[in-house]
Amino acid sequence: MILKNKDVLGLEDLSAEEILGVLEIASRFRAVFDRPVRSVPIMRGRTVVNFFHEPSTRTRISFELAEKRLSADIVNFSTATSSFSKGETLRDTAENLAAMKIDMLIIRHSSAGAARYLAKVLKCSVINAGDGAHEHPTQGLLDIMTMRQRLGDLRGKKVTIIGDISHSRVARSNIWGLNKLGAEVTLCGPPTMVPGGLAKLGVNIEYDLKKAVADADVLNVLRIQLERHSSKSFPSNREYHRMYGITEEVVRTLKPEAFVMHPGPMNRDVEISSTVADGPRQVILDQVANGVAVRMALIYLLSGGDPGALSSAQE
Amino acid sequence: MNFSEKAVIMNASEMNRAIKRMAHEIIEANKGIDNLVLLGVQRRGVPLARMLGEAIKAVEGSEVPQGALDITFYRDDLSTLGPAPQVSSTEMPFDVNKKIIILVDDVLFTGRTVRAALDVIMDWGRPEAIRLAVLVDRGHRELPIRPDFVGKNVPTSQREIIKVKVKEFDDKAEVVVGEVEGE
Repeated sequence: MILKNKDVLGLEDLSAEEILGVLEIASRFRAVFDRPVRSVPIMRGRTVVNFFHEPSTRTRISFELAEKRLSADIVNFSTATSSFSKGETLRDTAENLAAMKIDMLIIRHSSAGAARYLAKVLKCSVINAGDGAHEHPTQGLLDIMTMRQRLGDLRGKKVTIIGDISHSRVARSNIWGLNKLGAEVTLCGPPTMVPGGLAKLGVNIEYDLKKAVADADVLNVLRIQLERHSSKSFPSNREYHRMYGITEEVVRTLKPEAFVMHPGPMNRDVEISSTVADGPRQVILDQVANGVAVRMALIYLLSGGDPGALSSAQE
Repeated sequence: MNFSEKAVIMNASEMNRAIKRMAHEIIEANKGIDNLVLLGVQRRGVPLARMLGEAIKAVEGSEVPQGALDITFYRDDLSTLGPAPQVSSTEMPFDVNKKIIILVDDVLFTGRTVRAALDVIMDWGRPEAIRLAVLVDRGHRELPIRPDFVGKNVPTSQREIIKVKVKEFDDKAEVVVGEVEGE
């Protein structure tokens, strides 16, 4: 068995072996994308529900594509069009879904812990597609997969995460996963967005961008969540760009093989300048492609797809 | 699961002779090797396909393209959980359209692996024909599938297990029959 639990709620819960096992399967799925027929029949007759309680384009489409490429049956619903707007609770909605015999629930929710709560209530598998500022495990896995494609073993590799760490579930999933694989993580951003307490997670904190990126192998540039900053943590977008934006000048100071990642959607010329976002040092579209493969691997493994079945078939 | 060997049913030189004969049969049935490709089913079909390729080259003087097929994502028993994880890769270094594919596997049993392999190939394109070559046919088919080229027919009971060993994975080449103990 690669995954030990029925759910994937965060990288905090996964071991290094589980993470590497998922990525190994993901790389097999990635190879399927290059064929004339881009789907495999393994999940025929299984039902997956995508429950998005918060706006999402990339993650929702990525999950949906992953499910379609596994030939699963899909039901999508989002808050705006569901009985949520009539006041039904999360638990009631979920139990109604379960009564309709679904095999898996993918949930995106604005509250941290929503996925874990549903995983406890429901018998079916639950995958967390992002819960509040807690975790976004599939993003963490696809980031790690992208890093490993370029760097191989991540032990001793230096990853600098730049931006709004305190609001970022992407940062949290990256930190858990990268630490487990032995990478050295540095966080960088304005002190209002990078609370010193985060050092407890076993990371370095560096407020000076130049120092933070000097010997980095990877920069993971987070989106400034403009919509979450009611009381602004920085004076203006222009000032943020000048202090912490990844510009051509910053990229020129990097190690020659270092590369830039961004989980999207980008605020161009805020956290990353357009020339870098479109330049030769970024791997953003690799991240997107890997995202589908990683999600396929998780859905496949949680549905009981265990590659061990292959080698034991004859025995 | 404890596997106890009961008997060696093919030793290395018997395996070699069977493969040479199969190579001749393949060449004869296809009137040469034009358009022919060998596709081994992971894992033990792959070294067997390579051995067949060498035997064919010894007769015809030129290489037959070879690929490898992983059928994991096409199995019909998703919920069957197994122990040690293992997914191999599919390597298709040629266009399958209009090719005559010789699908190679070690043991033909229920036929379910072959069913899955046929589906994988169809998702890569439309070959002119697919033929099946197996080193051992042990019977007990559950699907209407039959081999075109067989190394050895071995009548077995359901309980018995046929193991094909190859140099690449097992350090020696032989075919053994055995049984699972303690079930």
